[in-house]
Amino acid sequence: MSLTILVFAKQVPDTQNITGQAMKEDGTVNRAALPAIFNPEDLCALELALQLRESHGGKVVVGTMGPPGATAILRHALYMGADETILVSDRKFAGADTLATSYTLASAARRYGKFDLIVCGRQAIDGDTAQVGPQLAEKLDLPQLTYVEEVQSVEKGRLRARCLIDGGHEIAETALPALLTVVSGEQPPRPAGAKRLMQFKKAMTRSELMAKHANSNYEDANLLAEEEEALRAKRLWIHEWTAEELGTESERIGLAGSPTKVKNIESVVLAGKGFVNIPPTDQDIGKLVHELIEEHILS
Amino acid sequence: MSSKRKIGNVWIFIEQDEGRIADVSLELVCKGRDLARRLKVKTEAVLLGSEVGGLVQSLHEYGCDNVFVADHRRLRYFSALPYTRVIVDLVRQHRPNIFLFGATPTGRSLAPRVASKLLAGLTADCTELRIDDFEDKSRKQTLHDKLMQIRPAFGGNIIATIVNTWEDPQMVTVREGVMPLRDPEKGRGGAVTEVKFSEQPEDLAVKIIERSREVKSSSLKNAQIIVSGGYGVGGAAGFKLIERLAEVVGGAVGASRAAVDAGWVDHDHQVGQTGITVRPRLYIACGISGSVQHRAGMAESGKVIAINDDPEAPIFSVADYGIVGNLHEVVPKLIKAYKEK
Repeated sequence: MSLTILVFAKQVPDTQNITGQAMKEDGTVNRAALPAIFNPEDLCALELALQLRESHGGKVVVGTMGPPGATAILRHALYMGADETILVSDRKFAGADTLATSYTLASAARRYGKFDLIVCGRQAIDGDTAQVGPQLAEKLDLPQLTYVEEVQSVEKGRLRARCLIDGGHEIAETALPALLTVVSGEQPPRPAGAKRLMQFKKAMTRSELMAKHANSNYEDANLLAEEEEALRAKRLWIHEWTAEELGTESERIGLAGSPTKVKNIESVVLAGKGFVNIPPTDQDIGKLVHELIEEHILS
Repeated sequence: MSSKRKIGNVWIFIEQDEGRIADVSLELVCKGRDLARRLKVKTEAVLLGSEVGGLVQSLHEYGCDNVFVADHRRLRYFSALPYTRVIVDLVRQHRPNIFLFGATPTGRSLAPRVASKLLAGLTADCTELRIDDFEDKSRKQTLHDKLMQIRPAFGGNIIATIVNTWEDPQMVTVREGVMPLRDPEKGRGGAVTEVKFSEQPEDLAVKIIERSREVKSSSLKNAQIIVSGGYGVGGAAGFKLIERLAEVVGGAVGASRAAVDAGWVDHDHQVGQTGITVRPRLYIACGISGSVQHRAGMAESGKVIAINDDPEAPIFSVADYGIVGNLHEVVPKLIKAYKEK
């Protein structure tokens, strides 16, 4: 069966390799020093979706909710092989917790129309909550398989996958449409294709098209429309959906739609308890090992 | 206003498998009981499964005043749709104030679905929970006796205190090993409330074909010595060195999330807030920078040796012994020194 697969991804600050430079003097995180990246498990989700398309036919649509700059990951999705991309972006979405986010993404999925499968990464590395996937499934009334490592088959409207459970594995089957959350599997996400990179680097949203012409005398709406048409024809058009276009209820999005509020944030103080500095020499390391054995810490 | 209504009880979702209660659930019963005492309410457990009546006694002994039991063969294994339906109905009927879940794959798949249905706030992976007042500045009101949901965020570089400002329940997940487990009070009794379960067509959407529970290849949880590798190890080949040191000193192999995410070592070995919390006699951290999330999982080790070539690495803040140097040179020296002891 041919599959229409929606992949929801997130652009995240690269929190994986935070060094001293990413911390400000007052001990807070310097976001600007962290590169914005494609959330790693969402790349695994996209890879899985592309593989399913390769074996079953169909198409892969990648959506993200984020600021205008999040189009960077959508272009990357195109470089990897996505067919269509959607930016869900509006200032009104800002400050959303997972409940407001899943509501917004559910509205985007409904707006997209008919699909067979939604695939998301299990969690994003900035929040690590793993909540948006199951919440999105609930909002859309879809069955869910979480912690999916591998999809084994798709037949007769049912999908079979191997999932991680506490202390083991489970092979489970779900009716379609369904939602999967994915952990990193055997196959690493494919790199951007060089040809596709050349082809899709000019992909843009309406806002980006407007910005491109902001300083020129490009006032003729017909010309903009023509350019949009040309971009669409070349599959270079990134859909851009706002709160208004999605018809979201204002009390369910952004800060207003978020039951959880941050009371306070403490940066982690790196004041040490003071440690014994062991120089990395044979002699000093020998002495340390000897000491630990004497204290029965090593045996 | 919710603060004027009679306050609800503290609930704990009990995760069980083949007649055994998950450790994290018992830890949460202990914590839940503390919170309930503070709020002067009851501690109640929610137990779903098949032929699980035998587990009730133990839940009473750990501190539950009442156990809601939904016993049905369809509920033998966790399945998101029927479990969510049973729990959402119970919450709507009894209105708990606080609802605790273990941050296991099951808890992290179930709690969000329940929260979404109830339009309740949910905070993942809390490391600390306490009761306090909250001044909601945006709505100019003070909420009394709210659950402070404390968790590391942003790669563990900040600690955030989060509060649910909407209707109860206040829902959280908590990792295994974070809350201390107290001894049960033998013979302590309590109530049981049976919950009716009726199958629905939606329960057939997901079918479990096969289940395998592997004995954890890493016996990290109870290891007395742990040798852990991080991103600084540099690759799967480099990880062999970590394994070698662990083998020589008779320890278990641990890892930071960066090393697990890089695919150099299996997730079973991950120490930290999104992995296993450990308390060994000796913890040797090799090439681990030491995010708060990692430190949260190992800070209570007896002694910590940190090996890192960056003298500014946060791991040194929890170290008893620090070796600033290249682990590829330092670890072989440790192996050599131990063999020559």
